[in-house]
Amino acid sequence: MSDKVLLDYGSGGRASQRLISELFLKYLGNDELDRLNDAAVLSLSGKIAMSTDSFTVDPIFFPGGDIGSLAVHGTVNDVAMMGAVPRYITCGYIIEEGLPMADLERIVRSMGEAAEHAGVKVVTGDTKVVPRGACDKIFINTTGIGEVIADPTPSGDAARKGDAVLVSGTIGDHGLTVLGTREGLDFEAKVQSDSAALNHLLVKLVRELPEVHVLRDPTRGGLATTLNEITKSSNVCCELTETSIPVRPEVKGGCSILGLDPLYLANEGKFLCVLPAEHADKALEIMRADPLGRDACRIGTMTDANPGKVVLVTQLGGKRLLGMLEGEQLPRIC
Amino acid sequence: MSFELLEKFRDPDLCRKILDKMESELDRELRFMEVCGTHTVAIFQSGLRSLLPEKIVHLSGPGCPVCVTHESEVNAFLDLAGRGNVILATFGDLMRVPGDKGRNLKKAVADGARVKVVYSPFDTLKLAKENPGDLVVFIGVGFETTAPTIAATMKMARDQGIANLRILCFHKTVPTALDALLADEAINIDGFILPGHVSAIIGVKPYEFIAENYAKSAVVTGFEPLDILQSLNQMIEWRNQGEAHVANNYTRIVGENGNPKALEIMYEVFEPTDALWRGLGLIPGSGLEIRAEWESFDAKKEFGIEIKDGPSLPGCKCGDILKGIKQPDQCPLFGKACTPANPVGPCMVSTEGSCAAYYKYKLD
Ligand code: SF4
Ligand code: SF4
Repeated sequence: MSDKVLLDYGSGGRASQRLISELFLKYLGNDELDRLNDAAVLSLSGKIAMSTDSFTVDPIFFPGGDIGSLAVHGTVNDVAMMGAVPRYITCGYIIEEGLPMADLERIVRSMGEAAEHAGVKVVTGDTKVVPRGACDKIFINTTGIGEVIADPTPSGDAARKGDAVLVSGTIGDHGLTVLGTREGLDFEAKVQSDSAALNHLLVKLVRELPEVHVLRDPTRGGLATTLNEITKSSNVCCELTETSIPVRPEVKGGCSILGLDPLYLANEGKFLCVLPAEHADKALEIMRADPLGRDACRIGTMTDANPGKVVLVTQLGGKRLLGMLEGEQLPRIC
Repeated sequence: MSFELLEKFRDPDLCRKILDKMESELDRELRFMEVCGTHTVAIFQSGLRSLLPEKIVHLSGPGCPVCVTHESEVNAFLDLAGRGNVILATFGDLMRVPGDKGRNLKKAVADGARVKVVYSPFDTLKLAKENPGDLVVFIGVGFETTAPTIAATMKMARDQGIANLRILCFHKTVPTALDALLADEAINIDGFILPGHVSAIIGVKPYEFIAENYAKSAVVTGFEPLDILQSLNQMIEWRNQGEAHVANNYTRIVGENGNPKALEIMYEVFEPTDALWRGLGLIPGSGLEIRAEWESFDAKKEFGIEIKDGPSLPGCKCGDILKGIKQPDQCPLFGKACTPANPVGPCMVSTEGSCAAYYKYKLD
């Protein structure tokens, strides 16, 4: 194959065939995908959760991950947040002409590894090559499907007064890493994306604690925006204690240099869990027993004080609103 | 500064003690203005706002450069966006600032304008080198904090023979604006929390007129809760003793004489000029302009840009807010026609604007 992706590879002809067999099947292959039929034939039973997401991250490689593994983690996590066991995913690649073949290979390999760790099969896919400038290096769409095991299904509108709010670990790592790498900023201490598949941990959690009301991954918009979505659909108030929200010191430092708020930064390997307070300790125990939930803590409580709002109790004991993110976070002037 | 040290300036017990002391010493309402937007945000973000005694009225002043950028200055850079060979370089804050006819830089980008958000003015050097066929125009908005870095960037560009960098210079200086505020009879302020970053450059002396000419107190202040509380407390004590002083409470960063090197380079490249401030109007000597020797960098000259006062945005009360006459939620548009998603005035756009801070952080 050529050392750069050429328009030919998207032609549907021989070049495409080669790309698929020498690259995609090599890293993503399994009995279903290998058949190369027009569609995958799957067997699933009971309630099904399905989710799709497109990944356009810039840069495509960042400390702690890349667009390939991210595309698996993001979709697997979305399915798992419904209390489902993710089983199959699909992937659509839109590749910019000229992308180094080595980069593409690195991405596909990483996607294969991520799928294997997560225990999902890539069962169907598509590749398109578009002329230089028509997309930014590479875009990936993934759709995931899984079997729902939680009953009732966790849902954003199910939070109740008195529920405890838990987070599975430190926040802001992914967002700051991607922003820092994009802008070529060299943080004193290294920050790294938390991109990871949370499904194994989540399945354990909902199996042992069917009482879970809400599961959400605070991706774009971060913790603050996700909690706002939950309080709005559940019509409760979330009271958060600032001092109990876990943020790595290096993330705090990076944010204060850039004038960003870690509570609004994206996460790709963390989840929020809302459940009746009497089950909070058990949930934390389950989470902390897993490496991906090691730093889990309780950060707040749902009340009926200001329905639809998130209130932050600061270190000083003052209270303030924690609103939704408006557009993207922009660094300040000085 | 290490985090451990910073934590000391957030000690909840010490803060409580000062708050109680302030409460007991206040016999009437006192009105304090923080000049700098970073203080506005710090006061809300730390939750201090909800803890301050009720008798303290907290006003946000003209200390966010985005908020005070005049309408005609905004329109000037919006006019440049999308011009054939121009790449605009700007700090992120300006992307959503509304100009006339609903324009802003975000929309300009969607229409094809080339606009690059930079984190440091030095980034413009690289941008200019990478695009030799274009003119890179940096939107120079800011106070004494940013102006020296821009001056340094211009010097580096000259040394490196970079000929395609221009600066659209809208810099303003803080003490002159405070003088204009104090001279306005409609304004009723008991004391000022003076900006930390600006003062790190200019030092403390340029503010002495506040006590000498107007018998008001002012304290250069850091951004941690204890910094702010100590300054407020000090001003309450002076007031109770019938005194007025200008003091430096941020000695860990601000030297008495500021940063003479930065000032030197700033005045080597720029000279004082009259400037238009949004909501405050023309303030003589409150702006910076590129000196004649450096005019090859001057985007205003290059594009024949003139800044003129004109009607301000209909309905927007930015002026009254920047002067501390009104609080943001007293503006009829606040939270209704004017929200961060759809800002009418820049005070709602800027992360450090007082309307945005009210909207974002105020609980009731
Ligand atoms: S930090 Fe600088 S730009 Fe920001 S409000 Fe203060 S003086 Fe203005
Ligand atoms: S609320 Fe909007 S319109 Fe009113 S003063 Fe603030 S920025 Fe201007």
